Amino acid sequence: MAEPMKIRASMAGDTAEVKCLMNHPMETGLRKDAKTGALVPALHITNVTATVNGKTVLDAQWGGGVSKNPYLAFKVKGAKAGDKVMVSWVDNTGDKNSAEASIG
Amino acid sequence: MNNLRRNVLKGAGAAGAVSVAVMAGLLKPGMALADWNKAGFESKDLNGAMSAIGAGSAAASGDISVKAPDIAENGAVVPVEITSNIAGTDSIAIVSEKNTMPLIADFKLMNGAQGFISTRIKMGSTSNVVAVVKAGGKVYKAHKEVKVTIGGCGG
Repeated sequence: MAEPMKIRASMAGDTAEVKCLMNHPMETGLRKDAKTGALVPALHITNVTATVNGKTVLDAQWGGGVSKNPYLAFKVKGAKAGDKVMVSWVDNTGDKNSAEASIG
Repeated sequence: MNNLRRNVLKGAGAAGAVSVAVMAGLLKPGMALADWNKAGFESKDLNGAMSAIGAGSAAASGDISVKAPDIAENGAVVPVEITSNIAGTDSIAIVSEKNTMPLIADFKLMNGAQGFISTRIKMGSTSNVVAVVKAGGKVYKAHKEVKVTIGGCGG
């Protein structure tokens, strides 16, 4: 599951916009397998955190209702070009991944 | 046992509104390190989900904009953008009223993060997408209806 994530951050005025794409199947636990009819077990991201220069700016909890291969964008005021943004996630099986970018 | 105790302490300190008993009883040991509102995310009715995030009595606000398509052909991927112009926005939660599990995500914002979240969600059928915003200890909400042609919650 630890496929690479994409992250991009750019300044607009005094605010940085961070855009992030994660690779994750985001199974809700409600979907049935088309062939066997058995429920596909839940496998989704539960927590996403973002930091700017090590300081937490976003701390999110997710359910299975976020789309597959999740997209997330957010804005941080007071960040500067060159600051390091890091986004990381953990799923309900404990699998995790993170990506870092400099604000451009 | 230690994990359980830590959750109880964490729950009591960080989220006074969330019942300590619920957190202690329902969190799986594997999730001990990360807080996750299991009661909210696994609630299968709207009222349960709303009260689990402390939004049972949220007031409608015109300062929140919910941007989503009027018609979503594919319910598996519905782009949603929420902007809160309420000063001091602390958190934004996204709820899809008629999903089997209505609570989709809850974002806490701090240290300069603006009242803005853009993401993509799954919708089981045509319903309102509700944004719940907490600011300065108060709870606000706004919604937008999205018509869904093909549901995206499996089944």
